[in-house]
Amino acid sequence: MKRVNKNRIKKDPPIKQVKQENKQTALSGGGYNDKVIAYRDLHIHALFSSLGRMIATPFSSIMTIAVLAIAISLATGFYVVVANIHQLTGSLETSNQISLFLREDVSDTHAKKVVENIRANQSVQSVKLITKEQALEEFKEYSGFGDAINTIKKNPLPIVLQVLPKNALDEKQGLDDLLKSFKQLPEVDFAQLDLQWVDRLQAIIDVAQLFASLLNILLAAAVLFIIGNTVRLEFYSRRAEVVISKLVGATNAFIRRPFLYTGFWMGFISGVSAWFIVTILMLILRSSVERLSGLYDGAMHLLFLDFAETLFLITASSLLGVLGAWAVLYCELRSAKSQ
Amino acid sequence: MTMIDFSNVTKRYEETGDVLRNVSFELEKGEMAFLTGHSGAGKSTLLRLIAAMERCSRGQIIVDGEDLSLAKESQLPFIRRKMGFIYQDYKLLHDRTVFDNVALPLIIAGYGHQEVSRRVRASLEKVGLQGKEKKYPLALSGGEQQRVGIARAVVNKPPIIIADEPTGNLDPDLSAEIMNLFRQFQQVGVTILIATHDISLISQMNNRVLKLDHGQLVQS
Repeated sequence: MKRVNKNRIKKDPPIKQVKQENKQTALSGGGYNDKVIAYRDLHIHALFSSLGRMIATPFSSIMTIAVLAIAISLATGFYVVVANIHQLTGSLETSNQISLFLREDVSDTHAKKVVENIRANQSVQSVKLITKEQALEEFKEYSGFGDAINTIKKNPLPIVLQVLPKNALDEKQGLDDLLKSFKQLPEVDFAQLDLQWVDRLQAIIDVAQLFASLLNILLAAAVLFIIGNTVRLEFYSRRAEVVISKLVGATNAFIRRPFLYTGFWMGFISGVSAWFIVTILMLILRSSVERLSGLYDGAMHLLFLDFAETLFLITASSLLGVLGAWAVLYCELRSAKSQ
Repeated sequence: MTMIDFSNVTKRYEETGDVLRNVSFELEKGEMAFLTGHSGAGKSTLLRLIAAMERCSRGQIIVDGEDLSLAKESQLPFIRRKMGFIYQDYKLLHDRTVFDNVALPLIIAGYGHQEVSRRVRASLEKVGLQGKEKKYPLALSGGEQQRVGIARAVVNKPPIIIADEPTGNLDPDLSAEIMNLFRQFQQVGVTILIATHDISLISQMNNRVLKLDHGQLVQS
């Protein structure tokens, strides 16, 4: 062990007035302004030192954040899928159109007469006639079976009348009555209220939405647990520091602070990464979705996360990080107390 | 003025029974005393009680006017700031510089940057470690590390210093230096309690001795 020169220890005039200073300084430091600045500095220091600590252990940080980012992007992905399908029904919901499929033996001229009759009906706003030929053209264009159709000699498609009822008939009863009256027409083979399948689709989407919400809750819980566990491990690896800080008078808030920032960073970085993952996946899907959409008259545009949703995603994941860290520290500090 | 006041303090653990039994003593302001006794006599437990790291099972402990058994959990950190603790194993943070180690109590107490800097330098100078601010504890000798620990304990100018075997790892010359430092603090009114079983040290110093035997105070 190294010998220390005794002269280096100052022998020197005792500090006077210890007592007067004691009372104040033992409990508080400096003026109010200084305290505020010191407090702000503490936060800034904790913010960057916890980021520094994560960078110092890149592999474990990256692995944890990768798991978190995947969980968050799964949740976000479900949300985006549901939002996109929802937009699809949004444009359909207004169409309470009735399709009348006429009997095969009804000729085009006869069909025109039927159209005139229906137009005379007070509840009807407009009627569109789709002849067999038009139907065939449309089918060839969109079904992709164009060549196959060409080999069929006889056109199998019926004449269709698309009837758009007046808005006043939004109530289901009115629509049903109208539908019944059409069904009784001798020329009509089959009458279908398009709203029915919109309703069914809507119900399916409601189920999907609820499922996505439940899944998101599970994934949020997973994020909470992963961050909580990571923070707990860090808390144990820095136990000496915690004990020493406590001995020199650190409050629980002071001890918690750097860990809360660790939780914040993990949530924040995972949220940002999840945004990138989801956006990249959507860019990959875009051309396929647009081709699909083209086949359906361009009914659907791929919706990306907008600014508010992105902000929500990042805020929510950051908050989950802080919450996960806080919950774990609360338990750890409580059990440390009782030891 | 009484700085540390134990009256009939008993500490009982479920597993081991009474570790301290009916311990009563008082330490006045500016008094320096040794706490001694065989291993397991309860010295460490007594120090942990003063540090408010644990609460006593029975009795009353008053530190600088604050009743530790009545204090709320949230008040304890502020009571601890009235005391400087020094340990045999120094309890320094090895990933931080000497400056940061000594500054810790001030940062916790919320001092401004300049004040921290000024006080840390003054404190390091006091223990003869000026110029070593930027070193890491493991780059220092045992005696120097112990002096970093002392600088940290006094940087906040606490009215009480508690030392647990402060010279346990040091040779006699270094021990004498450390004791010299303590005497200087005592001269300016700091109350000091030193737990040790270094008999020669105690006999040299001619201070009050509190002796624990199986949890009971047999000499005070």
